[in-house]
Amino acid sequence: MTATNHLTNYIIHLGDNALILGHRNSEWCGHGPILEQDIAITNISLDLIGQARLFYQYAAELMNKSSSVTGLATEDSIAYLRDVMEYKNTLLVEQPNEDWACTVLRQFLFSTHQQLLYNGLLKSSDQQIAVISEKALKEVNYHVKWSAEWVIRLGDGTEESHQRMLQAIDSLWMYTAELFEPVPYELWATQNNIGANLPTLQNEWMKKVENIFSEATLPIPIQKGWQKGGKTGVHTEHLGYILTELQYMQRAYPNCIW
Amino acid sequence: MAQNEWPLWEIFIRSKQGLDHKHVGSLHAADAQMAIENARDVYTRRQEGISIWVIESKYIHASNPDEADSFFEPANDKVYRHPTFYDLPEELKHI
Repeated sequence: MTATNHLTNYIIHLGDNALILGHRNSEWCGHGPILEQDIAITNISLDLIGQARLFYQYAAELMNKSSSVTGLATEDSIAYLRDVMEYKNTLLVEQPNEDWACTVLRQFLFSTHQQLLYNGLLKSSDQQIAVISEKALKEVNYHVKWSAEWVIRLGDGTEESHQRMLQAIDSLWMYTAELFEPVPYELWATQNNIGANLPTLQNEWMKKVENIFSEATLPIPIQKGWQKGGKTGVHTEHLGYILTELQYMQRAYPNCIW
Repeated sequence: MAQNEWPLWEIFIRSKQGLDHKHVGSLHAADAQMAIENARDVYTRRQEGISIWVIESKYIHASNPDEADSFFEPANDKVYRHPTFYDLPEELKHI
């Protein structure tokens, strides 16, 4: 695998996480539990999709410089014309919304990871990645604050909201370890001072999650997460459904513009 | 108000340094912190502001519309209270 391939994969992986979670959150648009929170979750969607665009634009630029890629790559071709197995997002972000508890917990677990990751990427030897991370970090800091408050509000809320948070932990915890287990393009990125060192972020992530869970009167599962594969293209069944909707227009009417 | 509905908050936004906070609308939130965040999401997503004030609507006391006559009418014929009787040089535009 060439350096360009590793770098492109790494950038696309960062973009995929943002796009898929952004898409998941956008499914709430018009269905939020209350108008104000409907707008809040849609804002977060737009932040994430904006981040995905920046990463995809950069990846497209690299792909077009490389001789091994045929045809012109664009942010759109990366988002709309790749199949499930080419997507490199973590399994966590493709999990269904289920209910508000599941949605805010997914956001909290992921955003806390993303915050640490982007903080590390500020020092990336790749200038473009550092710049994108700096811009995105301001958004992510708010996502962490917003979602942590919801985890506390529901965890330490009514009997029903507490119960729903417990269920959400049950459905999502298994996907959390993948966030910190590097795959080959991440190892390459770390070795070349481009990416952050994932395993070292895990302790800090755990500390933050423990703090918030304890305030939310929620237990931390004893078992570490075990499901993984998304980053190398092995996904849960859910991603296929997401892409069917996300890519429908380009698949049904190739090159359509509106 | 339904028992399970969040209280209403009035939102004030300062659009830039040096200007006053202006009332922009109201929204529902469970507490003050959430009201500020909701206001951020609802009222500043197009860069409308740099500072937010929130106040729970129930703490706002309003004048009584039925008393509008006795409250506001008497000021109507007191033009001498307006500083409009000075001759100003033409160059002065913003007074």
